[in-house]
Amino acid sequence: MTEHAATPRRGDHPAAHAPGQQTIETMTGAQSLIRSLEAVGADTVFGIPGGAILPAYDPLMDSSKVRHILVRHEQGAGHAATGYAQATGRVGVCMATSGPGATNLVTPIADAYMDSVPMVAITGQVASKAIGTDAFQEADICGITMPITKHNYLVTDPAEIPRVIAEAFHIAATGRPGPVLVDIAKDALQATTTFRWPVEASLPGYRPVTKPHAKQIREAAKLLVNSKRPVLYVGGGVLKANAGTELRILAELTGAPVVTTLMAIGVFPDSHPQHLGMPGMHGSVPAVTALQKSDLLFTLGARFDDRVTGKLDSFAPNAKVVHADIDPAEIGKNRPADVPIVGDAREVLADLIVAVQAEFDAGHRGDYADWWTKLNHWKTTYPIGHEPAPNGMLSPQQVIERIGQLVGPDAIYAAGVGQHQMWASQFIQFEKPATWLNSGGAGTMGYAVPAAMGAKAGKPDTPVWAIDGDGCFQMTNQELTTCSLNNLPIKVAVINNGSLGMVRQWQTLFYNQRYSNTVLHSGPGHDGIEQPAQGTRIPDFVMLSEAMGCVGLRCERPEDLDAVIKQAMEINDRPVVIDFIVHQDAMVWPMVAAGTSNDEIQFARGVRPDFGDDQD
Amino acid sequence: MTTMSKHTLSVLVENKPGVLARIAALFSRRGFNIDSLAVGPTEHPDISRMTIVVNVEELPLEQVTKQLNKLVNVIKIVELDQAQAVQRELVLVKVRADAETRSQVTEIVQLFRAKTVDVSPDAVTIEATGSSDKLGAMLRMLEPYGIKELVQSGVVAIGRGARSITDRSLRALDRSA
Repeated sequence: MTEHAATPRRGDHPAAHAPGQQTIETMTGAQSLIRSLEAVGADTVFGIPGGAILPAYDPLMDSSKVRHILVRHEQGAGHAATGYAQATGRVGVCMATSGPGATNLVTPIADAYMDSVPMVAITGQVASKAIGTDAFQEADICGITMPITKHNYLVTDPAEIPRVIAEAFHIAATGRPGPVLVDIAKDALQATTTFRWPVEASLPGYRPVTKPHAKQIREAAKLLVNSKRPVLYVGGGVLKANAGTELRILAELTGAPVVTTLMAIGVFPDSHPQHLGMPGMHGSVPAVTALQKSDLLFTLGARFDDRVTGKLDSFAPNAKVVHADIDPAEIGKNRPADVPIVGDAREVLADLIVAVQAEFDAGHRGDYADWWTKLNHWKTTYPIGHEPAPNGMLSPQQVIERIGQLVGPDAIYAAGVGQHQMWASQFIQFEKPATWLNSGGAGTMGYAVPAAMGAKAGKPDTPVWAIDGDGCFQMTNQELTTCSLNNLPIKVAVINNGSLGMVRQWQTLFYNQRYSNTVLHSGPGHDGIEQPAQGTRIPDFVMLSEAMGCVGLRCERPEDLDAVIKQAMEINDRPVVIDFIVHQDAMVWPMVAAGTSNDEIQFARGVRPDFGDDQD
Repeated sequence: MTTMSKHTLSVLVENKPGVLARIAALFSRRGFNIDSLAVGPTEHPDISRMTIVVNVEELPLEQVTKQLNKLVNVIKIVELDQAQAVQRELVLVKVRADAETRSQVTEIVQLFRAKTVDVSPDAVTIEATGSSDKLGAMLRMLEPYGIKELVQSGVVAIGRGARSITDRSLRALDRSA
């Protein structure tokens, strides 16, 4: 039914094609576009046609290499492209028409930009003569997406299409990955042109540095072996660079503890004894505290996001900083670096392993025994845990934990944004890279279902679970129809607490329990009497899912939990949605309140960890 | 009060539509202040050169250049040291001057090696180039006569000596063309 590429084509450069096999053919701009997509190896495109992009859809129908998946909303196409990219490491592609089609891609483009996801968005534009006249379905999508794309193009000359597509894929996939938008005027798609392949990219201003500076690597290694309380602070850059193996070698060589940010989960096994968990607002006590008490933040592909640092002034006050990143602008942006290293995380780590070994050979070896005594104390005293639900009810943490245990670490998990996302990051044990997809930087509610769909399209043989909230689910669940009709049997676990849980948690903690507009399913019942949050069942997620061609299941009691998860795992011919009715007062802990210092971390409500006497 | 200082950046960019918008948008989005911006062609038809004067502290300046460098159409950025560069602005100013005061105004024009480019019975229009300091001094001298209208260009700047910031970039561009 579909052709799937066997090998990843990350960073495929247009100039890398075999020389001497120049293709020159006369065709329309639209045909040239589809041929270019085939040539760069795009096998899946998520999109919806419309007036301005319509010429491109005609040759697309004949392509045996590019599978087009007709989504139900352009936002779904964008997040699907992201999910595809995050699961496979290849460039995700989405397509939409001009005006509202293009503007519906804005959220997923912004999302991909924040999380450095390689994506190419192709949009139709009104005919070049009509540009600027406020024509029907005209929007200046290049202007709109300028601040949220790595680069974008407006194409009015059909001869440019192959070069622009080649450049767009190259820019999206190399350096710090990111979204690139290609806006093509309708008349450029319709005109007759010459398709030439391969094409030479013309990017004199684009030269990402991947090879780190040897002197900086030596300095970093020296700091590492001389530090007493180092932490390997690992971000999404390590995952994107496919550097999990190198990371593990360095970690085990040095014996230094590792924390992985929300974007890096899976790049270092959760089960590894040196793993302290996730840092940040809802990070583990050992991870947050290790950074706070550290004397060396050994930062790899992370960017000192405010959700990690808390109040920046008081973040890791006694630590020196080694900061390795492929994007020079991230180094020193939020926290000054003592040793800046610009380079690809994989090359950086490979060089560091050699440099650290050289320090060892010279007799310099870090002694972290005292550090580990403390770290292990925090690990055993403050493990991630949760309170049981009130009698007879399901706790959301228990549901998510059990899914992780029964489905296992080989599956892909996509989360929405909110409490369920944090619980999924905490309670599912991740062991492998690219098994955890989420919207980290942008925090886009509604990400999970379309991202899971995209991941399933890219990895059809891997089980894909969306862990979603009932708030998020109502933003993008229409893509379940797309899943049903395109043989994309994902599983969706709706963690249904009847409210916008994370916002409700903040109202509980910071707004005197005044629940303004966070209760989703309440309202008068048929008899006019106010119903409890979960009571109205509006919408009924089971019926809604079945209407979209899925199997809809519901689970309300702890004793049914395993059976319903197993039942869902057995169904592989269509998507499955499980409506888990969970109690609404569960909260995400630990927590560092926004704008406060990480020193103020609370292990549970009102409970500050005891860090002992030597608060150095 | 924070200590701001002026920095002059020479930015070589690809001569493509939308480049100015990208740079202006970047400055506004990241909250950087532009004092002046001048853009024009260079000796190479595919490259434009912008001279941007920014008013920022040292640390944000590093962010400015790094963020600018991330723009795909930006080829090269050089900060021009005040002492090592020639910096010029152009001003056109219309000053009230009748038969009685015209000779005094003309004297100021000569003093600053400026030019009178238009004369009418009750005004003269003066063209002057120079550093900001020189032009500021001239305008202060003219002010008592009455400045009716004033238009000023952004700063353009070039490094002193034989070295050129464009050499290597142009070669790179020729290779990729």
